[in-house]
Amino acid sequence: MARRVTTQKKIVTTILAWFVGLLIFFPILWTFLTSFKTELQAISIPPVFLNFDWTLENYETIQSQSNYFHFMLNSIYLSLGSTALGLIVAIPAAWAMAFSPTKRTKDVLLWMLSTKMLPAVGVYIPIYLLFVRFGLLDSRLGLIVVLFLINLPIIVWMLYTYFKEIPGEILEAARMDGASLGKEITQVLAPMAVPGIASTILLNVILSWNEAFWSLNLTTSNAAPLTQFIASFSSPQGNFYAKLSAASMLAIAPILIVGWFSQKQLVRGLTFGAVK
Amino acid sequence: MGQIHLEKVRKAFGDVVIIPELDLQIEDGEFVVFVGPSGCGKSTLLRLIAGLEDVTSGKITIDGTDATELPPAKRGLAMVFQSYALYPHMSVRKNIAFPLKMANMDKAEIDRRVDYAAKTLNLDAYIDRRPGQLSGGQRQRVAIGRAIVREPKAFLFDEPLSNLDAALRVGMRLEISELHQRLKTTMIYVTHDQVEAMTMADKIVVLRAGNIEQVGSPLELYSSPRNLFVAGFIGSPRMNLINGAEAGKYKADTIGIRPEHLRLSTSEGRWTGTVKVSEHLGSDTFLHVESPVHEEPVTVRADGEFPVHSGDTVYLTPQEDKIHRFDGKGLALR
Amino acid sequence: MATLHTKSAARAMMAPAVIVLLVWMAVPLAMTLYFSTLNYTLYNPISTPFIGFGNYTYFLNDPTFLAALANTLILVIGVLAITVIGGILVALLLDQDFYGVNIVRLLVIAPFFVMPTVAALVWKNMMMNPVYGVIGQLLSSVGIPPVDWMTNVPLLSIIIIVAWQWLPFATLILLTALQSLSEDQKEAAEMDGAGALSIFWYITLPHMSRAITVVILIQTIFLLSIYAEILVTTQGGPGSQSTNITYLVAQQATSYGDIGAASAGGIVAVILANIVAIFLVRLIGKNLDA
Repeated sequence: MARRVTTQKKIVTTILAWFVGLLIFFPILWTFLTSFKTELQAISIPPVFLNFDWTLENYETIQSQSNYFHFMLNSIYLSLGSTALGLIVAIPAAWAMAFSPTKRTKDVLLWMLSTKMLPAVGVYIPIYLLFVRFGLLDSRLGLIVVLFLINLPIIVWMLYTYFKEIPGEILEAARMDGASLGKEITQVLAPMAVPGIASTILLNVILSWNEAFWSLNLTTSNAAPLTQFIASFSSPQGNFYAKLSAASMLAIAPILIVGWFSQKQLVRGLTFGAVK
Repeated sequence: MGQIHLEKVRKAFGDVVIIPELDLQIEDGEFVVFVGPSGCGKSTLLRLIAGLEDVTSGKITIDGTDATELPPAKRGLAMVFQSYALYPHMSVRKNIAFPLKMANMDKAEIDRRVDYAAKTLNLDAYIDRRPGQLSGGQRQRVAIGRAIVREPKAFLFDEPLSNLDAALRVGMRLEISELHQRLKTTMIYVTHDQVEAMTMADKIVVLRAGNIEQVGSPLELYSSPRNLFVAGFIGSPRMNLINGAEAGKYKADTIGIRPEHLRLSTSEGRWTGTVKVSEHLGSDTFLHVESPVHEEPVTVRADGEFPVHSGDTVYLTPQEDKIHRFDGKGLALR
Repeated sequence: MATLHTKSAARAMMAPAVIVLLVWMAVPLAMTLYFSTLNYTLYNPISTPFIGFGNYTYFLNDPTFLAALANTLILVIGVLAITVIGGILVALLLDQDFYGVNIVRLLVIAPFFVMPTVAALVWKNMMMNPVYGVIGQLLSSVGIPPVDWMTNVPLLSIIIIVAWQWLPFATLILLTALQSLSEDQKEAAEMDGAGALSIFWYITLPHMSRAITVVILIQTIFLLSIYAEILVTTQGGPGSQSTNITYLVAQQATSYGDIGAASAGGIVAVILANIVAIFLVRLIGKNLDA
């Protein structure tokens, strides 16, 4: 039986936990607040916390003066494109491994995982040269393929662990009940697999959205996603804190929300099912 | 109809033989129980009949037609799985209707059959719930409902009660027996629990390592087990198996005597012993008695209360006509 | 029949994934290995004579490389130390009962979703800038002179930024592990007379040990490839004080056009990562059997 936690202890824990939580969250909170300040207030000494004139001018400037939407669209294309490609290739593979495993299934899975551990710089030079050779540099297609390949092992693994949890007896029951293979997939398996596939999509979109090595090295402008857009603020003339903040918020907000929704699935996806 | 014949059926996974060649006749309307310890091949045998596994060689006939190569759905059998295997995303109604929908039956007929099954199994109140919201016993009933609406030639049960608690198990056991009385359809039931086998079966098939050890009615198995394995497996508490000098007196290598066939006395009898543990249930008394006739304690059952306790001396007398004799190979001597 | 049929179907379903990954891994890796034995620069791509281990001897004798190797290890170990210890503490805190658990959880995991370039720039400018940064202003308000983080302690700055990004990951996984610890075990230990500290040391920590190993191994894989955070903050400088191997290799190729040397560096990185990968794959493989 759970013991009653004394109110006093609970209040102390609450204060401590909120303090730690806010401390960790502070850079994001501060960026959020700064994005509504004027440039002058953004660098005022001492800093202003809440008592400033809230303004949307930074967001307006970002939208009108830079082609923010171009980068945003690229981020969307890249993350959705690589995820879609990943699912097309990974669903059948994970399916086969979960439902008709052989003696070598485990080895194949582990080998796939090991490809994820290949450091990017180990293959970067040839990929870069091949991209130059075939005119893929700064193309969306090229980067979609690379993002698809680097995340494919994670997609296969995540789907595998989800499919694995669908009890085999249910499929047998469907077979006994007279369902054809098509019906078995559409009416029994798909509805049960959808939650797993959905979390896989979410995690993969997050990973692709935030990917930085390949995005920064294989794109310049045409196919450049938000990662590259933000990196351009690192140059000295980009030292406008309020605008940097607004751009940052625009870049992270969508994925932060997606991430918050998928936090439970994140653990198993990122640990390849080793921690549930 | 529901007549199932297995002829020289054999199942092997690579070099591992699960079921060596085996013949078995199951007649229409029979309640047949496959019983044996875990790993004896009883579930595999059921799955071969269901068509969920392919036979390595041999022939399965259902109602006179060769079903060996038929896919599961075409065999006209319904199965209740150990985990119930309910579709978690469908309501109870949809779960039960699923096999009918797969058979493209018309809507009105589906509704009629589902309603009938729900009423029979007392599921009306939960018909729109999902399996996740039901208790173990209710899920079990849904699984049975899904099986009966198809009006199959035979029902296959794969350890259906093993996930239920003891009290529910007794209740469901009765319900399944009643269902059999009412439908009179062939039922094949797999269990490792000999009590379930004894209480439900018309015919018990005792399996060990893929081999049929004995086939017979519960009472046949009880009164004349063919070998030591069946003798030890059927009956609770287990039969006392005694070898050595005592067995020699009966010209056997081993003799068996059931706990209920030993007369108990505090004053006189053939074997002397000391009570090690006594279990007083009111209706019965079970004693574990240490006796020079056997190195392990002998189990004895007495009707009602028998007032002895640990350390007391008792006398045991076997009923001569209830003694089972076995030879060196473990086969019964008749 | 059915069984045989599904087996060949299964093989066909797996084929695309296996083939693309095989090609993705084998072809570029073989090319990198080949380039690493050539004197190959982008300024003279026509003549690429074979020089055997020349690039490796050059690389391994280059002080920048040795510095980068040391920086890589310091970066990995520093971030691991902060995130694992911090992660355990935060996870223990979040495992308690308090008001607003779910909201605090969201606050704590948020940094993980921030893209690396944003994280690095926000920290560099708004947190660590010696004049306008929040940290500097806080310090000067209590009379401590501000630090020019990026110039004076570039590697530490990057460690802090990266640790901030990965702390949520460690916390989340350790918290998951912590919550799977049965209350019974703790109660049994309590009945046996163990105090809170003993329970943590003898029950909780051993229970989390596997999760901790997983955190260390997976983070190491990612931390070996830190790139964007360096690019947008210190660009590896001053000098090579904050250059790691990944950054150095990318720089060799894109800035100096030295394909041969960069490839050799890439191979060294692969070897480093493999040492970690072997342990991780074994650990996860073991878990597959369970």
